[in-house]
Amino acid sequence: MRRRPFAALLGLVLLAACATPPKPYDYTNYRAHLPRSILVLPPLNNSTAVEATYGCYTTVTRPLAEMGYYVYPVAEVDAFFKENGTPGAAEMQQVPLDRIRSVMGADAVLYLTVKDYGSKYVVVKSIATVTLAGKLVDTATGTLLWEGTATAQEQSGGSGLAALVQAVVTQVVNSSVDRSHRICGPAHALLFGVKDHGLLPGPYRPAGQTP
Amino acid sequence: MRARLAVLALVLLCGCATGPKPVFHWGPYEDLLYTDYAAPGKMPPEQQIAELERDYQKARAQGLPVHPGFHAHLGRLYYQIGKLDQARQEFSTEKAQFPESAVFMDRLLANLERK
Repeated sequence: MRRRPFAALLGLVLLAACATPPKPYDYTNYRAHLPRSILVLPPLNNSTAVEATYGCYTTVTRPLAEMGYYVYPVAEVDAFFKENGTPGAAEMQQVPLDRIRSVMGADAVLYLTVKDYGSKYVVVKSIATVTLAGKLVDTATGTLLWEGTATAQEQSGGSGLAALVQAVVTQVVNSSVDRSHRICGPAHALLFGVKDHGLLPGPYRPAGQTP
Repeated sequence: MRARLAVLALVLLCGCATGPKPVFHWGPYEDLLYTDYAAPGKMPPEQQIAELERDYQKARAQGLPVHPGFHAHLGRLYYQIGKLDQARQEFSTEKAQFPESAVFMDRLLANLERK
């Protein structure tokens, strides 16, 4: 089944790095518990940018829904869990699966971590990077269905004095927040859509079509 | 540095024109979500409602369904400005369009009854 990642930015480089040699992910457990609905909780944030949590949380719906899954409305999920005793991503991601199942009715939970988020000024280039990791877990049995990581990077700048000036301007004027936020969507899309390592298509994606 | 990368995907300009059609209509929804977190209060609920209602008409004109969470979010915005009947309507529409949402939508509808 071929999958092409969705990306709309020129010069965007998408990398899917796996810890193990590049054989396809073993989808046996995933196929045995194929979910219709996926609850995405706010991501854990291991980056140095506090804005990464919502920068990435607000861009997960589209790529995940386009894979063919019911995605619970993220602002409502966030508010609900905050109103019910779990103030942040770390607490929310500790909520037991049976409680999630009874409260939300979700077939599976997607646990995300932002590992890298932000811009770096490297010689004459300004490089924005987002690295994500995800785990999909079946709520009925606790089975790990899938896990993966992906990185999206956007470079601007080139060589020469003009590029040097441009890179500094880019770094200072462009909020690194906005820039990293902009590539979070493509990072999710790659995480979910990469061939042989991404998610399986869900029930709303017509058979034979992949995003 | 890892010895091997599993996949290197180099993507240039979006070739979406020749790719598969989107399943759902997408408008300003994710931008509105982000603005709410990044700049709270910058876009009051009434303004967001206007944008989403406009977007709903666009989706209908295109003959595309709106995506998961669209109606639920509109419901929450209506609740925020005190329009409980409309909030109820939107949560019910979400539930009708996406039966997977029923448990959560019933919970949100029950919360409305307590107001």
